[in-house]
Amino acid sequence: MLDSGEGYITPDGRQIGGVMMEMKNITLRFGGVVAIKDISFDIREGEIRAIIGPNGAGKSSMLNVINGFYHPQEGEVWFRGEKRPAMRPYEVAELGIARTFQNIALFKGMSTLDNIMTGRMTLMRANILEQALWWGRAQREETEHREKVEKIIDFLEIQHIRKTPVGRLPYGLQKRVELGRALAAEPKLLLLDEPMAGMNVEEKEDMCRFVLDVNDEFGTTIALIEHDMGVVMDIADRVVVMDYGKKIGDGTPDEVRNNPEVIDAYLGVSHD
Amino acid sequence: MPDQLLFAMEVTLNGLMTGVLYSLVALGFVLIFKASGIFNYSQGVLALFAALTLVGFQEGQVPFAHLINAIFGTEIHHFGWHLPAILAILLTLAVMVLLAILVEKYILQHLVNQEPIILFMATIGLAYFLEGFGDIMWGADIKTLDVGLPQGISETIDETTYEWFGYGFFIDRLDIVATVIAAILVISLTLFSQYTKHGRALRAVADDHQAALSVGISLRFIWVLVWSIAGFVALVAGIMWGTKSGVQFSLSLIALKALPVLMLGGFTSIPGAIVGGLIIGVGEKLFEFLIGPMVGGATENWFAYVLALVFLVFRPQGLFGEKIIERV
Repeated sequence: MLDSGEGYITPDGRQIGGVMMEMKNITLRFGGVVAIKDISFDIREGEIRAIIGPNGAGKSSMLNVINGFYHPQEGEVWFRGEKRPAMRPYEVAELGIARTFQNIALFKGMSTLDNIMTGRMTLMRANILEQALWWGRAQREETEHREKVEKIIDFLEIQHIRKTPVGRLPYGLQKRVELGRALAAEPKLLLLDEPMAGMNVEEKEDMCRFVLDVNDEFGTTIALIEHDMGVVMDIADRVVVMDYGKKIGDGTPDEVRNNPEVIDAYLGVSHD
Repeated sequence: MPDQLLFAMEVTLNGLMTGVLYSLVALGFVLIFKASGIFNYSQGVLALFAALTLVGFQEGQVPFAHLINAIFGTEIHHFGWHLPAILAILLTLAVMVLLAILVEKYILQHLVNQEPIILFMATIGLAYFLEGFGDIMWGADIKTLDVGLPQGISETIDETTYEWFGYGFFIDRLDIVATVIAAILVISLTLFSQYTKHGRALRAVADDHQAALSVGISLRFIWVLVWSIAGFVALVAGIMWGTKSGVQFSLSLIALKALPVLMLGGFTSIPGAIVGGLIIGVGEKLFEFLIGPMVGGATENWFAYVLALVFLVFRPQGLFGEKIIERV
């Protein structure tokens, strides 16, 4: 287990950097319900960090805290060495944190291309007047960003559905488009909420490959929630385990796998 | 060609032109409804307010003159200058944007996540406030609006059609201009929503608020933007209507005519608003022409509503609206 904030080298030889994001003693309540209880963990530059745990453990809530949808009552969120004030989700997006959702949240009436173009929202600079008059930056940017988006489309192998309204696409492809939209923001930190949920084996393998490629090619730091333990063990560098809103394990996949508390939570041994 | 048929054609053409104005008002409704799910009752009053403000600026009227005179016993009415139309229009546009900012800051922001009915009530409140405010600010008298748009019967069309059919069509030049401007407006709005980042953001927000937030779209900015655009559309509608029949407070009632247009076209469809407006425009004129004489006339007042009722029974989502399928 890591104690210092320094980097480390993964078993497959990748260099992981220092702390990018640190959650310090986060507690989140909804009325009387405590969704997250005093959890601390960090995410290092360039790593694939998994958050696992049974249903209702508070994993998605944790992602929503990172992303600014929820504001914890207690605790601090540190990003790149600075304490982050309470931010709205769109401000968090501007910091370079992009995400996907458990129940796909795409713009269903828009084409694949347009969906991924919205991902570049935070990178486009044209002001409203330039846009209204289709003048200056507005025009230039549209071509520039379109080229970047085409690259992402190639990368995800979805050229054939570029112009299709995403509402008509099968589930697996929608998940891929959503990943594309998040990637389009060129995020420093990518949050994936169950990217493989509901997929068949083949689709899962594809998605695993994309996640690994994103990390490898763009050096993007990834935090993901996943239920499929096989997948997590294969692709994650370090794993946080949550149960009933508490952290019950944190470490490499091997460490976590052999942690008795984690085994209990997953096999359903009573909590007494 | 028989005279009766030619006359019907002329009626149809005139109906199309009236329909364009209905479409413009309906378009304002659809824009706001799509982006925020709010049925903006005040759209018609926005058009009235825009027209009042435009005349006020153009004529150099002193705002709140009645109020000032009543309090200080002065006799001021006009600054004594006349602004060129284009400058007055730009100033009015600025006022509409300011209004959008104020609406977002003082109404919408406080009602985030409330039931649609509450937001609807808020827009009713806004409608009456604006009507009263417009009255205090610019006075309740009927004003003539002239921004230099051509008016009167087009002689060219009259003569040409007379040569062709032996029957001259009476078409108001203002109607032709209104149609062209409306077409340009709709095309520009479409291009804006397709090829600019905030255009896409508008569509994104209409589809999924949460996802829109996550890609870095500020909902508050989008609301200001969409209310500004609705204000701009209202200004265009206000100019057309005001030029045609003077700027008077009954202008706000045209909003009611937009309701059946929305029933027909669907609340979420921009093409629907356009086609719906045209159908109502042509429908009520043709109905008055064909059936009117049999039932004693004055059908234009109710035709649109009856048509909307028929649609509600047989196709409640409208011609272009999204069909709501509830998953069980």
